[in-house]
Amino acid sequence: MTQGFYELWQQQSWEHQLLQSRSYSLAQVKQALGKTRLTLQDFQALISPAAEPLLPELAAKAQQRTRQRFGRTQQLFAPLYLSNLCANECSYCGFSMSQKVKRRVLTAEEIEKECLALRQSGIDQVLIVTGEHERKVGMSYFRQMLPLIRRHFSSLMLEVQPLSEAHYLELRQLGVDAVMVYQETYQQSAYQRYHLKGQKSDMSWRLGCPDRLGKAGIDKIGLGVLFGLADWRTDASFLAMHLLYLQQQYWQSRYSLSVPRIRPCSGGIEVPYPLSDKHLVQLVCAFRLLSPSLEISLSTRERAELRDQLVPIAITSSSAGSSTRPGGYAVDPEALEQFSIDDSRSPALYRQHLQQLGMAPVLKDWEPYLGR
Amino acid sequence: MLNLAGVQLESPLLLGTGKFASAAQLMAAVTASGTELVTLAMKRLDLQHQSDDILTPLQQLGVRLLPNTSGAKTASEAIFAAELAREALGTHWLKLEIHPDPRYLLPDPIETLQAAHELVKRGFVVLPYCPADPVLCKRLEEAGCAAVMPLGAPIGSNQGLQTLAMLEIIIEQATVPVIIDAGLGAPSHACQALELGASAVLVNTAIASAADPVAMATGFRLACQAGVHARRSGLAATSSQAHASSPLTHFLETL
Repeated sequence: MTQGFYELWQQQSWEHQLLQSRSYSLAQVKQALGKTRLTLQDFQALISPAAEPLLPELAAKAQQRTRQRFGRTQQLFAPLYLSNLCANECSYCGFSMSQKVKRRVLTAEEIEKECLALRQSGIDQVLIVTGEHERKVGMSYFRQMLPLIRRHFSSLMLEVQPLSEAHYLELRQLGVDAVMVYQETYQQSAYQRYHLKGQKSDMSWRLGCPDRLGKAGIDKIGLGVLFGLADWRTDASFLAMHLLYLQQQYWQSRYSLSVPRIRPCSGGIEVPYPLSDKHLVQLVCAFRLLSPSLEISLSTRERAELRDQLVPIAITSSSAGSSTRPGGYAVDPEALEQFSIDDSRSPALYRQHLQQLGMAPVLKDWEPYLGR
Repeated sequence: MLNLAGVQLESPLLLGTGKFASAAQLMAAVTASGTELVTLAMKRLDLQHQSDDILTPLQQLGVRLLPNTSGAKTASEAIFAAELAREALGTHWLKLEIHPDPRYLLPDPIETLQAAHELVKRGFVVLPYCPADPVLCKRLEEAGCAAVMPLGAPIGSNQGLQTLAMLEIIIEQATVPVIIDAGLGAPSHACQALELGASAVLVNTAIASAADPVAMATGFRLACQAGVHARRSGLAATSSQAHASSPLTHFLETL
């Protein structure tokens, strides 16, 4: 039987990858830059300190690949928060169970209002987000609510707790096109330090999740690391390893990448391994070269000045006018956010801005009958 | 002159409509290319909310629309998209695209043949994007497809006619038009395809991703004209030896 990624990950050493990710020479970076098919080692060379002087060349190459594959276009989406209930304790998150915040789960009526408000702003692709609370916001809630949301949008993405393969098969039939499950970090000791209670403290369940998504035939699988929790080069190396593994195993799925960095929230922790703007650019460009078909999204957590520069280089989808609280668009715009956003431009303003940057905003690129 | 299902088209250049920076840029490129047939993905059209920004301008340009089933991974999804296109756009012409592999977007020969049979039965004019496989092309032809559209190289790769040896066989054997689709990265590739005897070419990325899409569209238009003229004339034979244009033994005839 084929091993899952969890088994492969167990055979790896974090320390070995950490040392390796710093061991590359300028010559190896140049060699990697000249290739059309990159290995994991080429990727590591491109994110290594030795590659920093060649960042302009790396960015130029990344832009060329992005344009070739995706053209001068940008997909737009918005998150739709349905709940901030959470049965996990993650020390960096504003929705953690011990946080004293007002909890709410949207009703069918409230969801309808939120959907209508999003549609009014022109949004046609949504990322449904909930906290992770299997008992109260689990499959029975999704069975009830997803068909209501599905009617309004051409594409539904989901960011909720990791589920079983059977549940993903069912969600696919309910209209889910993409599932995002971010690993947060691939370093076991850091993972356990930040994820203190709840299902999320089980690292193997989360690490095995993209395998379950692939087996269930979900069209798009979203990967990501919460940069800032552990050494970024090593986490990125594991993420790249995971991506290469998945692309080979589940060849009919698309893959997308998110690159969130820890932002201040009401949980408020110091960021132990900050990822600088420069390194973020280096990382995104290296992923573009590693996988030209990889969709890369950049959220409104990042400030407008950075988004406007990075989007035309390697980003394929971005959110706009986001609210990170349940009911934030129409029902209760005053509620507490999961994290603070930095780019608060409305979808209309952001679209206008993309056009000024020479890019066509794409609102719709999918149909509900595809991928079922 | 390209004859597709009884329709005469002057231009042997078909255009894809994705990847452009704006609707205005797309329209300018379409005009510069001289194309009369453009393909557009059904999944990109927002017919429900009628907020689409390319459909109306294309219709105003007067070019013929060729809806495609991009995004479909199976025959049944492609058939669903085809019916939707026929109803929404009022055309029974269809570019059949089924690619279950989202990385290289390579067409699935099995699902494509299956869908082609069904769509022809339902009265569609089917133009299938397919691998450069001569046997498959004959099977698609037998299924009643109005043309075959084998790939020159992976879509969007700009690599040119990498499948040349197979394309030559396909062109030699075909009784329907052969349209080389995918992989053409430069006007010279389009010219080469037409010189070989292809009936037409379909181009998107090479124009949409060019620094100046309008100039590139013009380049493709001219290259296609060159290719058609060369095909009409027939290319001179090649040889590994030099042949002097004024033979040294010419004097013998005057003696």
